Amino acid sequence: MKFTEEHEWLRAEDDLIVVGITEHAATQLGDIVFVELPEVGTTVSKDDEIVVIESVKAASDILAPLDGEIVEVNEALADAPATVNDDAMEGGWFFKIKPSDLSPMDDYMDEAAYKKMID
Amino acid sequence: MSFTPTDYLPYDFANRRHIGPSPAEMEQMLALVGAKDLDALIDDTLPAKIRQKQPLEFGKAKSERELLHHMKRTAAKNKVLTSLIGQGYHGTVTPPAIQRNILENPAWYTAYTPYQPEISQGRLEALLNFQTMVSDLTGLEIANASLLDEATACAEAMTMAGRVGKSKAKAFFIDENCHPQNIAVMQTRAAPLGIEIIIGTPDDLDAKAVFGAIFQYPGTHGHLRDFTPEIAALHAEKAIAIIAADPLSLTLLKEPGAMGADIAVGTTQRFGVPVGYGGPHAAYMATKASYARNMPGRIVGVSIDSHGNRAYRLSLQTREQHIRREKATSNVCTAQALLAVMAGFYAVFHGPEGLKAIAQRIHRKTARLAEGLKQAGFDVRPRSFFDTITVDVGPLQAAVMKSAVDEGINLRRVGDTKIGITLDERTRPDTIEAVWRAFGITRADKDYTPHYHMPDKLIRTSDFLTHPVFHMNRAETEMMRYMRRLADRDLALDRAMIPLGSCTMKLNSAAEMMPVTWDEFSLLHPFCPKDQAAGYSEMIDDLSAKLCDVTGYDAISMQPNSGAQGEYAGLLTIAAYHRAKGEGHRNICLIPMSAHGTNPASAQMVGWTVVPVKSAGNGDIDLEDFQAKVDQHKDNLAGCMITYPSTHGVFEETVIDVCQITHDAGGQVYIDGANMNAMVGLSRPGDLGGDVSHLNLHKTFCIPHGGGGPGMGPIGVKQHLVDHLPGDPNTGEGAVSAAPFGSPSLLPISWAYCLMMGGEGLTQATRVAILNANYIAKRLEGAFDVLYKGPTGRVAHECIIDTRPFNDSAHITVDDIAKRLSDCGFHAPTMSWPVAGTLMIEPTESETKAELDRFCDAMLGIRAEIKAIEDGQMDPENNPLKNAPHTMEDLVKDWDRPYSRETGCFPVGAFRVDKYWPPVNRVDNVWGDRNLTCTCPPMEEYVEAAE
Repeated sequence: MKFTEEHEWLRAEDDLIVVGITEHAATQLGDIVFVELPEVGTTVSKDDEIVVIESVKAASDILAPLDGEIVEVNEALADAPATVNDDAMEGGWFFKIKPSDLSPMDDYMDEAAYKKMID
Repeated sequence: MSFTPTDYLPYDFANRRHIGPSPAEMEQMLALVGAKDLDALIDDTLPAKIRQKQPLEFGKAKSERELLHHMKRTAAKNKVLTSLIGQGYHGTVTPPAIQRNILENPAWYTAYTPYQPEISQGRLEALLNFQTMVSDLTGLEIANASLLDEATACAEAMTMAGRVGKSKAKAFFIDENCHPQNIAVMQTRAAPLGIEIIIGTPDDLDAKAVFGAIFQYPGTHGHLRDFTPEIAALHAEKAIAIIAADPLSLTLLKEPGAMGADIAVGTTQRFGVPVGYGGPHAAYMATKASYARNMPGRIVGVSIDSHGNRAYRLSLQTREQHIRREKATSNVCTAQALLAVMAGFYAVFHGPEGLKAIAQRIHRKTARLAEGLKQAGFDVRPRSFFDTITVDVGPLQAAVMKSAVDEGINLRRVGDTKIGITLDERTRPDTIEAVWRAFGITRADKDYTPHYHMPDKLIRTSDFLTHPVFHMNRAETEMMRYMRRLADRDLALDRAMIPLGSCTMKLNSAAEMMPVTWDEFSLLHPFCPKDQAAGYSEMIDDLSAKLCDVTGYDAISMQPNSGAQGEYAGLLTIAAYHRAKGEGHRNICLIPMSAHGTNPASAQMVGWTVVPVKSAGNGDIDLEDFQAKVDQHKDNLAGCMITYPSTHGVFEETVIDVCQITHDAGGQVYIDGANMNAMVGLSRPGDLGGDVSHLNLHKTFCIPHGGGGPGMGPIGVKQHLVDHLPGDPNTGEGAVSAAPFGSPSLLPISWAYCLMMGGEGLTQATRVAILNANYIAKRLEGAFDVLYKGPTGRVAHECIIDTRPFNDSAHITVDDIAKRLSDCGFHAPTMSWPVAGTLMIEPTESETKAELDRFCDAMLGIRAEIKAIEDGQMDPENNPLKNAPHTMEDLVKDWDRPYSRETGCFPVGAFRVDKYWPPVNRVDNVWGDRNLTCTCPPMEEYVEAAE
């Protein structure tokens, strides 16, 4: 699993990358009330703002970590946005991307480096 | 026996009525803050180089009686004719009970925006009634709590269509039957965003070519049309359909939702809100539930409180400019809360039966009028109509218009040969006969068999206003008590100081307010002949001249009807100036990080890119960073937006340098007038180097906040920008609002304030505002840290106190303190802005020493409670701060808390006899945003909540 400086986690699943935010980030945001997800089939470029997470007091953009195509989104979040708070690393995933360029993965942090960053 | 006249001046409005502290109190306050006298304090606070050279001089200040006499004479210069011009403005009957109990009642008009929901439940319920009414009438699931006017609502709907539509087209279609002012304002809004506007008949609509389309219903010349086919065609191309609809017509006509519309907008003016020469009135917007998060403006929602009881609050605030800044759905901030409340009550008053009866009567009269004209041989169009007809009179246009005016009636000039006539609730048989006479017809308005002049398929079949609130017993006793009950739930200026930083909640005096409801001001149509509005012209000219004196600018545009609207208008003016100089490419706008959220939101509306500038440690603009950003963007710099004194409440000495650096790089300077209350008479933005500023007349110049609007944000500009000010919405270009002078029926308030204060009185008000803020800062010193002071240790007209340390020491947040202040009977200061975790306090000049002391005592009492938690004497979770606010229900229920009832319900500062009881416990914001309900909850839920 890899981590970005924007507090996203990236997990390889076959030829796809699953993306969510870390427990640390979810805690910082507070109670999440809404997650706006991209449409399946959208082609995205790295650093595009593709997800908006709303808590009561803040709205944060999540950037695409890689170039690629969105192939699946976590529809369950529409009715249960709190899953991001309760289960950030598993059930609270946002989208699955089919990457066209995997090279940025090398620049992302491993778990130890991420833990160091948030300490 | 002879006597010595005293030197007490009982009619000195400035010093006896408007300014709070008495001379004796000021002495004591100056002693505490350590200043020899008021002038010494001001010299300490304002750097010499920013002071204005000449004192403000407006001649002798008027007493209240003199003012009202003067107002009467000015008002008499306006001629009140019966305007049947229509075009979105209609005669209406304001129920006297609503006029007296809402419009003229300080409990309603002096309230602030309901950001503190626990102490705003009354107006939140009233606004929820409004939303329910709009949602029902339009047949769309969710409505907001009002927008500024119909034209800006159209523009907001257009940009919203761009956000939610999946079409990739870049053009937007406008039905040529839209009101001219709606078209004008949409054109202004579209240009900087690169939206191509196509105007045509719905028959010409090419759905593939547009991302959205707007239709007027009924059309500006009276046409009725079912837009179902056009909307289906738009949807097939993934484009968005908008209908601008007259809500009264929707009691009879098929609603936009039933046609498939995605968004409906319009004005609720004819729901009991006087025309007022153009405003203020509440526009509405409604949409499908799935688009709720893309809707601009405030939305009232239903949530629960900490005990699970139903409670209202503002929902989905993260869409708004104060959080989302340049990514917000809009820069809209102020809405038209007071007018929306009135319109909502109009619906409660009449219910669906009453509204339908009013609409039917108007339709029947229009049919009679049309029939009489037809029988006399006139060509009357359209064949089906609601309240508006257009008559082709060929070469007789001028003659008929003139005869109508002689009969006391204004008609609408349409093209060179036609005349438009729109009837309304005030139309009487006499009016119809007078119109006929203007057309040379002599006959009496006798009985006539009514039938709908509307196609059968356009007759509404669905129910509306089914909620019990619209079916109450409508006896005035019942209505009066309902309005009173709601008012009693809220904390407004008629009960306590509202020390909101940057909001300037000063006195809105009775004398200033009285002329607002006079017929001579409230009944004029915005597009009536100019000679009928001579009183308005005189007032607007004189007030503009005074505001130029106050600000150091050369001209004023009264058109923007809110502060944010003023920012947008000011930036458009700058952009037009750059274009005229051949430098239209300039699109970079520097904005300090501490700026109000409307600044970046407004900048993005004119198509600019926002570059944030850092704040230095002392809260000032970081001059080094500012210079670096200017250098970096030199060639493309459009300008900067700054606030003075800064949002940190300090008079920065560097402001002149900031202006100079910007000008040297070819940019223009926008100075936000939000803090003008610290400047009037002492310093002028125009002298500091500002090119444009808006003035919040609803802050500095006494227009009440109305519970979240109306506002009025005229802009002042230097001479070189005068040619680029907004044009007339009916005839010109570059309009930003529906009416030429925005919301002019509010202007008597600001004008009265200037006339009764005089130049010296206004200046004294500024001095005392600064004294009051410094007094609070001094009294709270030691207990709280005051962030940001000037080099001499003074604050401007507000101060920021730091509550962040208590989060670490006692787990007490700024929210806990704010809610505890409700127990003390105060509205909280501005929370977490411009610095998260702090409170910004602005007392204004109107608060007396006694009230300032009560507030400071309350704050010190809260500090003592925090200390008790820090020291372990109070439970860290179950304490009066965490449990605040306390309701009467808490008091009478079983008490199982580790502190006494007395401690909980009667903290320092709370009145014993006149105790304000918050009607609900702390509102659960998360629950509300996760379970969005924005219409009145069904009756079963009321029953459940009561059980």
